[in-house]
Amino acid sequence: MSVRQSLLAILNQGPCYGYQLRAEFDRRTGSTWPLNVGQIYNTLDRLERDGLVQKADIDADGQNYVEITDAGRAEVADWLGSPVVRTMATRDELAIKLAIAVTLPGVDIAQVIQVQRTATMRTLQELTRAKNATADPESSEQLAWLLVIDSLIFAAEAEARWLDHSEHRLARARAAGLAAPLPLNTAVPKRGRPAKTAAASA
Amino acid sequence: MTGSDILLQLDGVSMQYGCGETAITALAGVDLSVRCGELVAVMGASGSGKSTLLTVAGGLTPPTAGEVIVEGHWLSQLSARELATLRRRSLGFVFQDFNLIPSLTALENVSLPLELDGWTSKRAHRPAVDALNIVELGDRAQHFPSDLSGGQQQRVAIARAVVGGRSLILADEPTGALDSTTGELVLRMLRSRVDAGAGGILVTHDARHAAWADRIVFLRDGRIVDESRASAVTSLLSGLPA
Repeated sequence: MSVRQSLLAILNQGPCYGYQLRAEFDRRTGSTWPLNVGQIYNTLDRLERDGLVQKADIDADGQNYVEITDAGRAEVADWLGSPVVRTMATRDELAIKLAIAVTLPGVDIAQVIQVQRTATMRTLQELTRAKNATADPESSEQLAWLLVIDSLIFAAEAEARWLDHSEHRLARARAAGLAAPLPLNTAVPKRGRPAKTAAASA
Repeated sequence: MTGSDILLQLDGVSMQYGCGETAITALAGVDLSVRCGELVAVMGASGSGKSTLLTVAGGLTPPTAGEVIVEGHWLSQLSARELATLRRRSLGFVFQDFNLIPSLTALENVSLPLELDGWTSKRAHRPAVDALNIVELGDRAQHFPSDLSGGQQQRVAIARAVVGGRSLILADEPTGALDSTTGELVLRMLRSRVDAGAGGILVTHDARHAAWADRIVFLRDGRIVDESRASAVTSLLSGLPA
């Protein structure tokens, strides 16, 4: 989650202090990903170290304000103008679970999928209920909140569709005799670099 | 809720097509109930028995075993005439392809079930207009289906399904022929009728649309294998900003 850039983007609107930044982040994202104050201060320390923010005034209540620098403004512009890259390296716990389960003996993979499908659909039902409570947003905060809910709804829907697809794929594989468990490989892999083959060294 | 809230009950319903070695079991011992104010979605892969469940629940096909009870009436004990009357008065069907009669206006399509039940067209007019107003198509009453968009036609079909106080809506992929936004509007209409006290079964393969239901049952090989029930209060989000 891009906490760093989000906080920087909020600071681009004007100087803020730590608690204020946390409240601003929460109200702009429907409190969906709550941050603790420790995360806020740690992030601000790193932003200051990198020259993206700097200390500003201390008000009568003793609040330490932080303001954005020109380099920080440039980073915000760069963030808003760039796509979010979702790398293949991101581990998907569910994909890993299914991939491992399908290779194990004695696992009812259809049941594994169904248990997940039920949980995913329950999530989707709860999100849909929450969304239906606000058909038409009446403020910028509600609009932002609905965008976040829509994103979660579409992610849950994608997961449900992927589960359906996986079920079909497994049924076809089973019919073709391809869904057999994978036995343990008794050949112990050697540590270090693979040995050069004769062809490679020639 | 009490037992009297139950609009539809399926007790051990099985449905088999053919016999002997070539017999196909479409439903196998399905127990399901729908209460007033409850929308139940049925999901499952193609061939899992979803549409068969709907035709059996709607009294269009008798099950080979088990019992279907609609508003306290055991369908197996009704004569063909009594069954037809019960279907007209208590059940409303919504299909993927709308099934409106092209030579009739929206108003005439919605009035038709009442007129088939012996109402004069003049008497059927008022509840049909009311039903069209509910789906926000009162101003399209005199339009023919060909003059309406797909979403509007499906809303007419929903009006026809609920006209005259019919209490149970059976919808088979009602959003299948609609784009996402229009499909959502149709679901909102369906949901509002259920919230007003009707009951409904929504057969769909679309996860996002099934999520509008209070309960989702999952069919596999004719059996209910699991169920998802929405919590009264979502635990996922802290709430709507003021």
